[in-house]
Amino acid sequence: MKYVDEYRDAKLARSLAATIARTADPAASYYFMEFCGGHTHAISRYGIEDLLPDNVHLIHGPGCPVCVLPVGRIDAAIRLAARPEVTLCTYGDLMRVPGSKGASLLSARAAGADVRMVYSTRDAVRIAEAEPARQVVFFAIGFETTTPPSALAIRLAAQKGLGNFTVFCNHVLTPSAIQNILESPDVREFGRVRIDGFIGPAHVSTVIGTDPYAFFAEEFAKPVVVAGFEPLDVLQGVLMLVRQVNEGRHEVENEYGRAVRPGGNERAKAEVAEFFELRKSFEWRGLGFVPYSGLRLKEKYAVFDAERRFGIEAISASDNPACECGAILRGVKKPADCKLFGTVCTPDTPIGSCMVSAEGACAAHWTYGRFRDQVHKAS
Amino acid sequence: MSAKTYRRKLDIANGHIDLSHGAGGRAMAQLIADLFHAALDNEWLRQGNDQAAFDVAAGRMVMTTDSYVISPLFFPGGDIGSLAVHGTINDIAVGGARPLYLSAGFIIEEGFALSDLKRIVDSMAAAARATGVAVITGDTKVVERGKGDGLFISTTGIGVAPPGLELSAEKARPGDRVIVSGSIGDHGVAVMSRRQNLSFDTEIVSDSAPLHDLVTAILDAGGASLRVMRDPTRGGLAATLNELAQRSGVGLRLDEAKLPVKPGVAAACELLGLDPLHVANEGKLVAVVAPDSADAVLAAMRDHPLGRDAAMIGEVVADARRFVLMTTEFGGGRMVDWLSGEQLPRIC
Repeated sequence: MKYVDEYRDAKLARSLAATIARTADPAASYYFMEFCGGHTHAISRYGIEDLLPDNVHLIHGPGCPVCVLPVGRIDAAIRLAARPEVTLCTYGDLMRVPGSKGASLLSARAAGADVRMVYSTRDAVRIAEAEPARQVVFFAIGFETTTPPSALAIRLAAQKGLGNFTVFCNHVLTPSAIQNILESPDVREFGRVRIDGFIGPAHVSTVIGTDPYAFFAEEFAKPVVVAGFEPLDVLQGVLMLVRQVNEGRHEVENEYGRAVRPGGNERAKAEVAEFFELRKSFEWRGLGFVPYSGLRLKEKYAVFDAERRFGIEAISASDNPACECGAILRGVKKPADCKLFGTVCTPDTPIGSCMVSAEGACAAHWTYGRFRDQVHKAS
Repeated sequence: MSAKTYRRKLDIANGHIDLSHGAGGRAMAQLIADLFHAALDNEWLRQGNDQAAFDVAAGRMVMTTDSYVISPLFFPGGDIGSLAVHGTINDIAVGGARPLYLSAGFIIEEGFALSDLKRIVDSMAAAARATGVAVITGDTKVVERGKGDGLFISTTGIGVAPPGLELSAEKARPGDRVIVSGSIGDHGVAVMSRRQNLSFDTEIVSDSAPLHDLVTAILDAGGASLRVMRDPTRGGLAATLNELAQRSGVGLRLDEAKLPVKPGVAAACELLGLDPLHVANEGKLVAVVAPDSADAVLAAMRDHPLGRDAAMIGEVVADARRFVLMTTEFGGGRMVDWLSGEQLPRIC
C-alpha cells in the first residue's frame, strides 16, 4: 500500500531502533507519555516496545476520546436515547461504553431505543432529513480532530433548515488535558508518574498545529515531539525525545511535518470557532473536572444544541470502585495493575471505558500485548 | 370439475412475492414448480415428495447446517444463493468429506421481486451443479412485509467421509505447520463495499467458492499428516486459529510477512480500522499439517486454482496459555486475539 508501507518498513525500524539504543544513555532511564490513543494502538499493534531498549519506557496517556467520557455523560446519552421521539446517532465504539450499572447504548438499543451507528456526521444529518418526524441527535465526542466534522454537520443542518437535528456536544481539548496531567499531584508532588517528555498528538495537531504545545514545553520544561501514527513515526519521535533529554532541551519538535503545520488548519479552526465556545469546566473520566477543557454550542446555534432542547443534565456518577481506568488514564497505573483486567473486565465484557475502544490502553494491551505480562490470567 | 385449471404464468420480470406464495395453495405450488424446481431440477425434486429418499454411501456420514442472512443479497463475486451452496459445502468439505446432497429452506418477505428470486435460485442451481451436489429437498415460507429483510436461506448438507480419516480441532501438535489456502479478508471487504452507509469502490470480489475439490487435492498430498482443516468465515482467520489453539491446548506463532492479503483488502481495512485477520472469508481454508508433509500439502494447494496463493503462515508451539502470537512485519510481537463485539452484522 503506497504511502503507508513506507512508514512500516522493518529494515528502517531495525536501524532506527539501533540508533535509539545507541543514543539512550545506559546509565539513565527515559519515561515518555504518548498522549493519543492512536499512538497507544500503534505501539501495541506493531509491538514497538519490543524494539526499544529496556531503559526507554512509554506511558499511555488520556488521549482516547471514548475513554475519557465520564459515566454521567454516557448515562445522559442513554436517557436521551430512551425518549420515544429520539433517534440517537453515534460512532460505533461508543455503543459498548459502560455507563452506570453496566448499562450501555447497545443494551439500550436491545431494549428498544433507536440508536444508530454512523460513520460520519453527514450520515446523521441525512437521517434527520429523511425522517422529519424523528428528533435526530448526534452524540458528538472526541478531541480537536472530530470537532470540525460536528461543526460542519451543524452548518449543513442550518442550511437545510432542519428543525429535528441536534448535537449532544462532548468535545474536549487536548492542551487542557496535558496541562492537567502536568499540574496533577501525581506528577508534581508525589512523583508517582515520571514524565520526561511527550509524544504529541498526530491528527489533533493537523487541526491545532504545534504552537499550542509551546507553553508546556516552556512552563513545565518538558520536550514535546508531535509524531504521526505510523510505527516508524513513533520510533522517530522517541529518538527525537531521547536526544532532547540528553541535550537538556525542552522544545516542541515536529516529526509529522508531512501533515502538521505550526498554525494547524486555519479553516477547520475557524469552523469550530463559529459554532462552539469553551465551557467553564468539563468532567473527564480519570481527570475529574478540568477547567476550560470542553466545548459547547454557542447561544447563536442553541436550536441545534441537544442539551438545551432536551434539558439534559449530566449527573456525575462514579465508576466501578475497583476499576482503575482513572489511574490508567493519568499514567499512574498500567492496565495489568488493575485487579479487574482480564478477569471480569475484557473487551467482551468491559467494566471501564479503557477496555472498550481499540485506542484504550486496556483494550490495546489485552488485544495485542498481554502475552508480555508476568502473571498471565486466563485468556 | 376440470382437471386442468387455468393458471396465469408467473410474471418473473415484474411480479412480486405475495402472501399466497407461502399459503400452501396453488400459487405456492406454482412458485415451487416454475421457479424452484425448474432451476434446481433433479430426480429427487421431480418425485415431488415431502422428503427425498437416497441410498447411504459406505463410510462416515457428515452433516452440517447453516443459515444465510447476508446483506446485501447481491455482492461483488456472488449472491446469497451461491453463498448458501458454497458455505454449507465447505463446512462438509473441511471435515475431509465429499458433499452429496443439500436441502434448502427459503424465508421470503412479501413484496420480494420474483426477478431477484429467480436470479438467486438460478445462481444457487449453477453453484450446486458445478459442484456435483444436488438440492434434493426444500421449503418455502413467506412472511409479511417488514417481518423479514427480503430473503433468508437455510441450507443443510450431507456428505460422506472416507473411513479412517479423522480430522479434528483437538489434533494440532507442537511443530505442526499452519497453511492458509489464499488471500484473507476478500469476502468481508467485498460485502462491506456495498453496504448502504459505507459504500466505497474496490476491485475486490468475494472469494465465495466450493472447496471440496481443493480438499481432495490436500488429502491426496497430506493423508494422515493432516490434523485439521477449517474454513475461516465470520471472525476471520483470527477466530479460527484461536479456536484451534484452545481446542488443541497449544499456542500458534504466525509471521505477518507471510500472510497473504491483497492490497485492496489491506487498503480497505486501513481505512475502516479493521484487521484483515478478523475479516470474513468464504472460499479459503486453513490446514494444520504435520511438519513432514507440510511442503507437499502447500505444493498441492498451489497447484489447484483455488489455492494458488496458499502460504505457510506459522507453526504450532507448546504454550499453556494457548496464545496465538504474531511477529509483525514491523519486527515487534503482538497477540492475534478473537474479534471483540460485532465488526459487521450479516456478513453471511
